[in-house]
Amino acid sequence: MLKILKYSFYDLMRSRWSYVYFAFYLLLGVVLLFLNNNLSKAIITLMNVIIVLVPLIGTIFGVMYYYNSKEFTELLLAQPLKRSSIFLGQYLGVALSLSMSLILGLGIPFIFYGLFKSNVIWDFSLLLITGTFLTFIFTALAFNIALSNENKIKGFGYAILLWLFLAVVYDGIFLMSLILFEDYPLDKLSLTGTMLNPIDLSRTLILLKLDISALLGYTGAIFKRFFGTNLGFIVSLTMLLVWVILPVLRIVSKSKRKDF
Amino acid sequence: MLSSIKHSIIMLFLGLGFFGHAQTIEVCPTCPISSIKEAIKIAQPNDTIIVKKGTYKAYDIVIDKPLTIIGKDHPVIDGDLKGEIITITSDYVTLDGFFIINVGTSYTKDYAAVRVKRSQHFVIQNLVLEKLFFGIYLEKSKNGKVFHNKIVGNAVAEHNSGNGIQLWYSQNVEIEHNFVEGVRDGIYLEFSDYCTIKNNVSSNNLRYGLHFMFSNNDVYENNTFENNGAGVAVMFSKFIKMYNNIFTENWGTASYGLLLKEINDADIRNNTFKENTVGINIEGSNRVNYSNNDFISNGWAVRVRGACYTNKFTENNFLYNSFDISYNSKVNDNIFDRNFWSSYTGYDLDKNGIGDVPYRPVKLFSYIVNRTPETIILLRSLFIDIIDFSEKVSPVFTPDNLMDQNPMIKQIP
Amino acid sequence: MIQIEQLHKQFGKNVVLNGVDLNINNGGIFAVLGPNGSGKTTLIKSILGMVVPNKGTISIQGTNIKKNSEYRKHIDYLPQIANFPNNLKVKELIRMIKDLRGETTNEQELIARFKLEPFLDKKLGNLSGGTKQKVNIVLTFMFNSPLVILDEPTTGLDPIALIHLKALIQAEKEKGKTVLITSHIMSFVEEIADEIVFLLEGVIYFKGTLHELKTKTSQPDLEHAIASILTTNHA
Repeated sequence: MLKILKYSFYDLMRSRWSYVYFAFYLLLGVVLLFLNNNLSKAIITLMNVIIVLVPLIGTIFGVMYYYNSKEFTELLLAQPLKRSSIFLGQYLGVALSLSMSLILGLGIPFIFYGLFKSNVIWDFSLLLITGTFLTFIFTALAFNIALSNENKIKGFGYAILLWLFLAVVYDGIFLMSLILFEDYPLDKLSLTGTMLNPIDLSRTLILLKLDISALLGYTGAIFKRFFGTNLGFIVSLTMLLVWVILPVLRIVSKSKRKDF
Repeated sequence: MLSSIKHSIIMLFLGLGFFGHAQTIEVCPTCPISSIKEAIKIAQPNDTIIVKKGTYKAYDIVIDKPLTIIGKDHPVIDGDLKGEIITITSDYVTLDGFFIINVGTSYTKDYAAVRVKRSQHFVIQNLVLEKLFFGIYLEKSKNGKVFHNKIVGNAVAEHNSGNGIQLWYSQNVEIEHNFVEGVRDGIYLEFSDYCTIKNNVSSNNLRYGLHFMFSNNDVYENNTFENNGAGVAVMFSKFIKMYNNIFTENWGTASYGLLLKEINDADIRNNTFKENTVGINIEGSNRVNYSNNDFISNGWAVRVRGACYTNKFTENNFLYNSFDISYNSKVNDNIFDRNFWSSYTGYDLDKNGIGDVPYRPVKLFSYIVNRTPETIILLRSLFIDIIDFSEKVSPVFTPDNLMDQNPMIKQIP
Repeated sequence: MIQIEQLHKQFGKNVVLNGVDLNINNGGIFAVLGPNGSGKTTLIKSILGMVVPNKGTISIQGTNIKKNSEYRKHIDYLPQIANFPNNLKVKELIRMIKDLRGETTNEQELIARFKLEPFLDKKLGNLSGGTKQKVNIVLTFMFNSPLVILDEPTTGLDPIALIHLKALIQAEKEKGKTVLITSHIMSFVEEIADEIVFLLEGVIYFKGTLHELKTKTSQPDLEHAIASILTTNHA
């Protein structure tokens, strides 16, 4: 698996798209910091970008990589290699190279700006950690979609739909159901709803840092325990991890049963 | 050093003021006079009593003549939890430099470490109060000073704890450089007018750091209110001036940096509200001017509930608050002008420092959160941004005339 | 070498292999032929473990290939369409495959034979289809495995390369290896194959030498022999 990972990673690190992605984040970081000259505002804007864009790019890139390297995958399948190593290797290659672009692209301008001397370093690190998690989750979801759909167009379609659903539609439905059931205690419903969507989960993790003042304004005991203590942070991180593990497991089992 | 100079100045003043007849009485555990009560009893008006280092078990000490009582090296007065410790009933009393502990607790009487009753021209300074019920209680007193005291309570529940410094029907009192923590209300004013509250730090109190009820024409400035149950509450009062105070980390369900309830004609200037659940909560307050304040990283910078008319918000900085302004009605009669809003996204083509499109500080989402509080979990979601944007384009739920016509492009210094 | 018993495979409702029995015990060149959709590629991919059969067993060198990946060490496979990671150089690809499979025997000689030296430092994405196929061939033949499977090996090759390829295949045969080939070019098959395995509608319709096939169908050459099989079956 490590060998496949190594080659996928090298292959991607040299691809045009990695550079584009890296350059995009580099530019974003520079514009946010040096034109705006305001670290706190930059962090808030970055959060919006990371939560929306990282999943989108993870999905699209994952699907694209899978379909583009289909023949090469077949070549690998004829080698004395386990299927799980081939797909996990490729998956990790994509996820790692995307994460690298993200971390370096944003990290470099922030380091030049003097991040280490600033107290927002924790907020920033949390952003990068969340971004990395989202990359791993959505690349895994993309691989799942691609493994289940031979048809490229269909695969891309489902990938976009998945992103649209998790990034926008889900929250719409979520909001409607909260308003609809406002007469009932909603603590549990709202927290569960958040746990079931990795984008909401990451958002919550960041809210814990940026908007704790507002979050603490609510009476519900579960809310209070969740946001007032480290519980929220730990639970959210654990759930993110689960969100990585489950799709990866499905990649393994699906790839074992698939015909190429 | 500084305080010893002050002591001597005060003593000099007293000495000169009272024709030099004043005498000095010394109290120490091994002296002929070993109790404070005894010293007061034998003292003539305008005498000075000097209490040396040691522990004096006493309560119900009544100072009924003009005296200057000075503790050297902070002698301890231990009330043994039996009741009130010192009661001042005479004008011109100075109490200075004691460590007073163990005030009795009662559900029927408000026992205080030091109470001033119907007196004038008192000075209470350099006291350290611990294990107290009420700290310094001024009752129908005037023209006094409360300086440099440190009050550290260990209050756990509101119903059986008292206030650090309480003023009741008292006028013209100066409260400066005190440090109050761990009580119910740090400083509480009821029916007390023309008082000045300056340079105090009030933190970790159960209820309010500072609390006004039916008190008018007071000024408080340069104070810090941190991590109290609910910051500062100003209720049913008029003409209060609030300058240069810092309100931070007042977190919780009913927690505010500043709560204004039925307040008219107040002036709120140059204050900093940072990381509070609600920066300022306003209910039924009219003709209040808010200018040059900084609202930084609060849950809600300003929350307006109920009828509030002709309030003016000018040249404030609203920085990175989860919500800038929240309204629970569609009617707006308040003015927002020339503020800086960190979430303003407009432009300034004519380069006059003022954004060319108005800013709408009330988001649809804040309206939704008012209605269904749990929806707060969706804060900063893309979906919420989209509906906020559509509301911004055509307001349906939020007051359509509520906007800052002249949003500043640069932060106000 | 290869034992296949009652191999069934269907994709959805489409039955592709319907009980294939095949035994190849000796060395030699075997051409797997059949009309489009007869299951040639599926059969080969089943042997390679890329397609998971519904029923039946496949054994290579006496071991069942189910849930096994190590047996592929003994197979050299030339896939039909050669498409490699575009950002890798030819050299790196060769090194990578070596890294994955182990040492090679005649890598340098093969590179020289197909004149690939000038391309070694080029990225695979910049190569023409024919050159890619040459690289593909090098990757296949540089290992010395007892079973060689070639899926449409002639695609995109120029005449000189084709001659080299034929020589290579012959050389492998002489080493006593088993070579499995699919091809649409009948002249190529006729020239090179020792035995024909003819697949029709998911079963092995014929297995035997070229001569036997011609006799059976009483046709002068392979092309006509096959045409005759197809017409009699579909008539």
